[in-house]
Amino acid sequence: MNLLARYAECIFWMARYMERAENLARILDVHETFARDMRGATNWFSIVQLNADEKDFFSRHEKATAEAVIQYYMFDDHPNSLVSMLRMARFNARTLRPWISTEMWTQINMFHNRLLEMESKDVALPNLSKLCTWIKEECQKHTGITEGTFYRDQGWYFYQLGKYIERADQTTRLLDIKYHTLLPSPIDVGSTLDVSQWTSVLRAAAGYHAFRRVYPRGMSPTTVAGFMLFNEGFPRSVVMCVRQMDGLLTRMKSRYSLRGGNEAMEEVDELLGALLSRPIEAIIREGLHEYLEWVQEQLVAITNEIGFAFFGQERPPMQVQSQSQTQP
Amino acid sequence: MSVPEGNPSNLLSSYDPGLFFDELFGRMDAPAEHTALIRQRLAALDFEELRRRAMNAERELFNLGITFLVYSNKNAVDRILPFDIIPRVISAREWAHLEAGVTQRVAALNHFLQDIYHDQKILKDGIIPAELVLGNANYRPQMVGLDVPFNTYIHIMGVDLVRDRHGTFRVLEDNGRVPSGVSYVVENRHMMQRVFPDLMQDIGIRPVDNYGHKLLEAMMEIAPGDGNDPQVALLSPGSYNSAYFEHIFLAREMGVPLVEGSDLVVENDRVFMKTTSGLAPVDSIYRRIDDAFLDPLAFNPDSMLGVPGLLEAYRKGNVALANAIGTGVADDKAVYCYVPRMIKYYLDQDPIIPNVDTRICREPDALQYTLDNLDKLVVKPVGEAGGYGITIGPRASAAELEECRAKLLADPDNYISQPVVDLSVCPTVTDDGIEPRHVDLRPFAITGKSTWVLPGGLSRVALKRGTLIVNSSQGGGSKDTWVLEGSTP
Repeated sequence: MNLLARYAECIFWMARYMERAENLARILDVHETFARDMRGATNWFSIVQLNADEKDFFSRHEKATAEAVIQYYMFDDHPNSLVSMLRMARFNARTLRPWISTEMWTQINMFHNRLLEMESKDVALPNLSKLCTWIKEECQKHTGITEGTFYRDQGWYFYQLGKYIERADQTTRLLDIKYHTLLPSPIDVGSTLDVSQWTSVLRAAAGYHAFRRVYPRGMSPTTVAGFMLFNEGFPRSVVMCVRQMDGLLTRMKSRYSLRGGNEAMEEVDELLGALLSRPIEAIIREGLHEYLEWVQEQLVAITNEIGFAFFGQERPPMQVQSQSQTQP
Repeated sequence: MSVPEGNPSNLLSSYDPGLFFDELFGRMDAPAEHTALIRQRLAALDFEELRRRAMNAERELFNLGITFLVYSNKNAVDRILPFDIIPRVISAREWAHLEAGVTQRVAALNHFLQDIYHDQKILKDGIIPAELVLGNANYRPQMVGLDVPFNTYIHIMGVDLVRDRHGTFRVLEDNGRVPSGVSYVVENRHMMQRVFPDLMQDIGIRPVDNYGHKLLEAMMEIAPGDGNDPQVALLSPGSYNSAYFEHIFLAREMGVPLVEGSDLVVENDRVFMKTTSGLAPVDSIYRRIDDAFLDPLAFNPDSMLGVPGLLEAYRKGNVALANAIGTGVADDKAVYCYVPRMIKYYLDQDPIIPNVDTRICREPDALQYTLDNLDKLVVKPVGEAGGYGITIGPRASAAELEECRAKLLADPDNYISQPVVDLSVCPTVTDDGIEPRHVDLRPFAITGKSTWVLPGGLSRVALKRGTLIVNSSQGGGSKDTWVLEGSTP
């Protein structure tokens, strides 16, 4: 059966927004851990910086207190808040109701509606961890329902593509929080605090136990960053996600005789080649933050090419690459 | 908890429908036999239990997103159509009568449309004033001389029926453009099966869930070409439309893509949809967009909802549309008055379901009668839908009557008047117990080669005590409608 270009786009973005919501919960959760450990010297502002939301944030809040940042990323009306992500996920799911399973729609609808019913006391700092757990679990419920009920045709491929692109992007952001904005002073490297922060990053990505299995002893920035970027078995590693994209595009094109998509495949190949070609030590030496940014730009390029090939988007006359982190 | 079958307690014992015909009891002095078991089961229920089930049902409707959008202060809010869990029951005999009446009416209206877009015999014979038809805003000159498959114009028809205090069904209104509400018929049944399986047990209720299949069948019958696996699509104005849930529902039930205008393109007078692998042809479109917005080249040039070139593709016979363009002239409130005469004229039959007595205020006698009896009549503007602009004489204040009088005198052509129909009532769960509330009934008919009527239809209920207006936009709700199997009396 033919898949409407608009549906394909909605499926892709529904998957992205759900994955993004899960990761936002993970980031806020991990931050709360930092805040507890750092005895007042909290760095909630780093989340704002990470998303380049400074200007918008200060138009709504005076200071980057824990409460303000949580309020901002949970409920304020801007594209990077959880409520907005869920609104977008629900909007797409609503459009897709003829296509997705009733159970997928119902769960997203209830998740969204319950979020809207929340009051500020539910998001107060002491409840944050509980709230984040709930959000993660709702997102995981979505993943499970999708796995168990979503009909496997073209739509499934676009769903998976969206999910893996978003996940790769979010993993780079999670790493970046620690490495860029929470950069400890050189003397703190390897300190108890530093190690506990790396542990938190791994735990946020549900990678701590797997990491321990691979590196039973010790923990260094290099091994953690390397694990999150390049590990072939860790489901949130960037390499794992990009390999998935590669396989999905190849299989989808052949199974459904889709003509377009060669440019997207080229971009994926370029990214995968680059990921596999350099050791983590060299990357950290030359600047992890810059490297992560380049990966993010590649993911934008892949998204754009998928849009041109399958969603009926017009390629801009000049090669102006927009920052397509949100649905056009 | 299951419903005890024992002695009726007093849940229905203080129930009093007054002078109105009651859908569950019939006449109170001689209660209808076909509902005996249902009444017995209801009477034995605990009121709190009933309320709990009703609340569960409404919460589930909301969670499932079986909702319509309401706009207020620029915000769009999802609302459920309030659902009452006491069913409205129709006997097999009553239904046979209604089914025949609806089928007859659809046939007459299709004959009428075929006629007025071709030879216009009914106008030449003076049965209906030509001006009323040719001067009607919904008459589409673009349709003149165009043949449509099986001469079917109204493929999907909803007929609004009311029941007077004698129990006689009457047609209040025809809906031959894009009638809505059928999704609630099917979803209400699903909901009843979940919350009230014990009430339904062994009753023998005719199923409603093959509506989508019947609709798809008709859409394929009217598709152009050799009939070999035509591509059907449902054209929706989009997710901001208040009836979007129904569009989703129907697309899903038919297993066809739900498209918006921007998904379609016309090339060389053929319609295509934009897919991930390029353009794919579309043969048959169930459109949920009014004529005026279908094609900006042919109708309203500002329409962003339609598809440029669609009319020409349609006129060339390259795509089927349901309903056909130009059916609005047949469900006009002024034309409605002539439907009994149409039935006689085209079919040589008497109407099986009579109209409500209606006066057309464009006629001087009728206007005078209406003005003289304003406090006894219902006055309706002919162009409005959704219960707007109606004045119910016996309930209007003196000021409201004066306002109505002024409007009538200023623009009599725009109004019809009818006696107040004492709409039948049905037991309904309210905060104060089970009380009578007024209901109407909208059966749905699908016509391709032939006509099929969905057993039952949408029973709308006016939830406010005493009110007669059942429209969802005016605080109405709905009930599941049970047509009993033939073996029951």
